[in-house]
Amino acid sequence: MEADALHDLTAAYSLDALDFDEARDYEVHLARCERCRADLAALSEVASALAFAVPAPAPPPELRTRILEHAAGQRANVVPLRPRWAKPVAAVAAIAACAAIGLGIWAALLSGRLDKREAALSRQDRVARIVASPDSRRVPFARGTLVVTRTGEAALLLRNLEQPGSGRTYEAWVADGGAPKPAGLFKGGDVVAVPLDQPVGAAATVMVTEEKAGGTDAPTQKPFVIVRSNGQS
Amino acid sequence: MSETPRRVPRSFAHLSDEAVVALVARSDQSALAELYDRFGRVAYGVALRILRDERLAEDAVQEGFLAAWRDADRFMPERAKASTWLLTFVHRRAVDLVRRENRRRVDTLPVEMEIPSPGSAADDAWLRYERERVQAALKQLPDQQREALELAYYGGFSQSELAERLGEPVGTIKSRMFAGLARLRELLADPTGETAWKPTPYTT
Repeated sequence: MEADALHDLTAAYSLDALDFDEARDYEVHLARCERCRADLAALSEVASALAFAVPAPAPPPELRTRILEHAAGQRANVVPLRPRWAKPVAAVAAIAACAAIGLGIWAALLSGRLDKREAALSRQDRVARIVASPDSRRVPFARGTLVVTRTGEAALLLRNLEQPGSGRTYEAWVADGGAPKPAGLFKGGDVVAVPLDQPVGAAATVMVTEEKAGGTDAPTQKPFVIVRSNGQS
Repeated sequence: MSETPRRVPRSFAHLSDEAVVALVARSDQSALAELYDRFGRVAYGVALRILRDERLAEDAVQEGFLAAWRDADRFMPERAKASTWLLTFVHRRAVDLVRRENRRRVDTLPVEMEIPSPGSAADDAWLRYERERVQAALKQLPDQQREALELAYYGGFSQSELAERLGEPVGTIKSRMFAGLARLRELLADPTGETAWKPTPYTT
């Protein structure tokens, strides 16, 4: 969507009047647009004033008790556990959806968390788009799945990946008839979703190595993931 | 909104809403209880208005408060008032639920309806004051702007659904929402006038 069109969504967003996809597009834009953040802060304050215009009957007393009991059972500030890697694609889509809508990035904006989240969100957003693309195909391998669209956009999904050593990073590589090109740095985790920064052709090879923090221009270690986009080993 | 109900007990009485959230961020459960006592009724009122079902409204309020509980350490008072922040969680949850349940209705806000509710006189007075203030401002909006705001905020309709329902282009709905909120902001502005923000034409 054009940037101007996205600016125009601020009022609707502050009223929660966007559908899922629109809201996600807007949130990605919001992470980069200072003036939308300022406008949204102002408009959301007015929107929330509307909550005061309706009758406010007392809720049942049990509601207060229930909230306090649940709160006691949940330590504050702990994000709910991510789903295990039962269904890779569903899990990634769920994480992306969670980041955008479930946890409420608008609330994140109001709480100042957006900057930290920007990189993660745009990365999740890219992965979600690749995974959701109707023409994408999956290449499963031992520790995960490579998803490639017809145009060569690709994402690497890995499960149960230990964190790299101290001062180290994981680095993805794409080799397509030449030397491997750097395709992105990432950390470990239960579910790791990496959008690749290089196009993946029909006969390309995707690899992952562990490198020194900041990455390198060419692999210096032996890859622990090697997957060919045509699925042949 | 101006400040919160005055029934505030004990040690919290002198604390601003934002200061209470700061205590919630330190996992202080009595501060969470305080936050609920200040905003639980408003949150429940708007959730009930959207969902038209007591059980679902309770769910939305509960999930909204628990989200606030988890996220309170990231609340930044310079970015938002505590009430805006909290009600955002509850409103979004209620809208998610109403869309899922497909319970939306189109009748407009029953502004005259008054539900008697047990609560302290100070609570009632404060809530009534706020309600009358916002309702009075809403009544001053052009009908089409008010309709767009009400159907979106209380009805849970998306702008595309509104465009279809009202037979207008989406662009028209967008501008009504924007103009309505901008006007409402002026109407609700504090007479002491600390409102610097104006809906700006974009310049870079």
